[in-house]
Amino acid sequence: MANKSQPFEYAPAPESRSIVDIKPSYGLFINGEFVDGTGKSFKTISPSTEEVLAEISEASDADVDLAVKAARRAYTRVWSKMSGAERGKYLFRIARIIQERAREFAVLESIDNGKPIKETRDVDVPTVAAHFFYYAGWADKLGYAGYGDDPQPLGVAGQVIPWNFPLLMLAWKIAPALACGNTVVLKPAETTPLTALLFAEVCQQADLPPGVVNIVTGAGGTGRAIVSHPDVNKVAFTGSTEVGKAIARAVAGTDKRVTLELGGKAANIVFDDAPVDQAVEGIVNGIFFNQGHVCCAGSRLLVQESIADEVLAKLKRRMKTLRVGDPLDKNTDIGAINSAEQLAKIRELSEIGEAEGAERWSPKCDLPSTGFWFPPTIFTGVSQAHRIAREEIFGPVLSVLTFRTPKEAIEKANNTPFGLSAGVWTEKGSLILWAASQLRAGVVWSNTFNRFDPASPFGGYKESGYGREGGRHGLEPYLKNDGAR
Amino acid sequence: MARLDVKKTYKLYIGGDFPRSESGRSYPVSKADGTFWANASQASRKDARDAVRAARAAFAGWSTKTAYNRGQVIYRIAEVAESRRDQFEAELRSAEAITAAQARTYVDAAIDRLVFYAGWADKIAQVVGGANPVSGPYLNHSAPEPSGVVAVVAPAGPLLGLVSVVAPVITTGNTCVVIASEPHPLTAITLAEVMATSDLPGGVVNVLTGSVAEIAPWLASHLDVNGLDLTGVTDPDLARTLEEAGAENLKRIRRPGLEDLLAPPPLDRMTKFLETKTVWHPMGV
Repeated sequence: MANKSQPFEYAPAPESRSIVDIKPSYGLFINGEFVDGTGKSFKTISPSTEEVLAEISEASDADVDLAVKAARRAYTRVWSKMSGAERGKYLFRIARIIQERAREFAVLESIDNGKPIKETRDVDVPTVAAHFFYYAGWADKLGYAGYGDDPQPLGVAGQVIPWNFPLLMLAWKIAPALACGNTVVLKPAETTPLTALLFAEVCQQADLPPGVVNIVTGAGGTGRAIVSHPDVNKVAFTGSTEVGKAIARAVAGTDKRVTLELGGKAANIVFDDAPVDQAVEGIVNGIFFNQGHVCCAGSRLLVQESIADEVLAKLKRRMKTLRVGDPLDKNTDIGAINSAEQLAKIRELSEIGEAEGAERWSPKCDLPSTGFWFPPTIFTGVSQAHRIAREEIFGPVLSVLTFRTPKEAIEKANNTPFGLSAGVWTEKGSLILWAASQLRAGVVWSNTFNRFDPASPFGGYKESGYGREGGRHGLEPYLKNDGAR
Repeated sequence: MARLDVKKTYKLYIGGDFPRSESGRSYPVSKADGTFWANASQASRKDARDAVRAARAAFAGWSTKTAYNRGQVIYRIAEVAESRRDQFEAELRSAEAITAAQARTYVDAAIDRLVFYAGWADKIAQVVGGANPVSGPYLNHSAPEPSGVVAVVAPAGPLLGLVSVVAPVITTGNTCVVIASEPHPLTAITLAEVMATSDLPGGVVNVLTGSVAEIAPWLASHLDVNGLDLTGVTDPDLARTLEEAGAENLKRIRRPGLEDLLAPPPLDRMTKFLETKTVWHPMGV
């Protein structure tokens, strides 16, 4: 019989790494084949162990130029001439191959990114396949999408994606671009290139015509070379608001079309008649999912004053059960912080939170001795002026504020330059609908949080960027808009 | 002896009022034949900021009116404009040296465009929004919402130019600050008189006259402006500079481009200044 003071321990349940075959070094994927870059190289490491996984090429301006030329050639000669139905069939093939190789992608993503296998297996990879499957079906139906009878592609799309959902962001970018008849040059994030390079193999297995998808690895310089390349017609970026603004400035005065999915500081509002246990699960999912490396994370908890004590007590109790550790362990809830740089940023803002007078709390948890780790953390007594209430921390750190009236909740929720997402918890239907209508945010989750679906448009208001990804709306950024009357 | 005309003083239109420029400046406007017509107010940075403040103050009320109500108000602008069509035709002929038939064409088109957009107010949400079939037990729907305050540089075409850029912005619930065509500002103020007497709440449309090169940069860099329509900017260097300034708070920007204003307008005159809000509701017992 278990001793009450000695709760059950979880035995390790690690997922095997044997399914992935990480090469010692990778080139760039240009015109359908892997080629050596002409630039320098860098190492990608496992954030949970700091072991070097592979040597990655840093694409130079000349490499980017080659990739854009390959994309242009594929666009002109093949992809723009192909029927939508045939383009769609390639995308269906890609979706199927991703499903077939799902376990491999899930393990590789977990190793390279540091996120729990539970999430890559159950969220990232299935959603990636679904995204390709969804947009595959649009390719021959664009004339019904409301953008004119025969909407035309833009040409070559330059796409730069972040490290928090490496493969999923690739899917969000590539699937609609290809469905609409564009070709792409995509740069995965510096710290998470491996699943994009594995995706290149999927393109080969699918017999995708060479040059339709080009993957160039690198850091900020490579990204700038893509964005500023004169033969790129479309720039799609997901990442920080700071870089998003730089991109908006860089394309000024050009004909380039742009979509930007940037930062957020979402309010998760809990009213006094909320289903509290359910709300606590939503709060935990909202801020601790993917280590809080989520642009739409519910990083500001706004809880009605009358139930604040109850909610916080239950939240703390729930947080004590979160398991932080080996991302490949199937029991793990919170994996590694993606990089030393990000860990330093989370630490810095948390220290500022304390210095500004907020009260910090984390459950006791043993963190591994190697790798980058941060315990799930909440700050109470946070005011709207505190930096931890205004700036995106992009980590497992929740700022808790209280309110008295619904009007005050909305005012506080909207008091931010961001506007990506928001959450509302109440059992009262009319209050949900009223709050959802008042919130200046592109996605509102009521009595749920962090739901994603290929059919559901995603994107922000204000400084969270512009354009939508997902759904019929996600086609618009990749089509010429002169046909729509 | 012939009776002396009572000439009109042309001022700005801000927050429903007709103030002079706080700067005390004006600039002479000539008719097409070169003769003096009137002095127009030359708006300043301060006027632009006052106009943004008025537009922001009006946003909450205007954007939450029912779409049907907004449509009726815009239809009312068309009605009142129609009642003053002789004046508009005469002004266009003075300003642009066009024939009576051409003036009639432009006035017809401008009034009809208002009627066109009046009808859009309660239809755009169904055309660009809808239910999303997500894979799970959720009711998920997307609907458009106005971006907020939009700064507009109106193109040439004293009446149709202004109507073509302002009507699509406000019919969806935005409020705006519009810089009238620099050489032909007077008809914009006449149209403002129409709007002021058409149940349009003060501040929904604010009209500035003056130098585009002077005023537009203040609007482009203003952090309480959400959108920027550069249709009337003819200098590519200025357009680039304005776009760069607008990047600071990621304004939604409609770049300049040649457009036949008499042709049916593109949908993105509205959609460029709309946000898509997607709401998820769980279903279950």
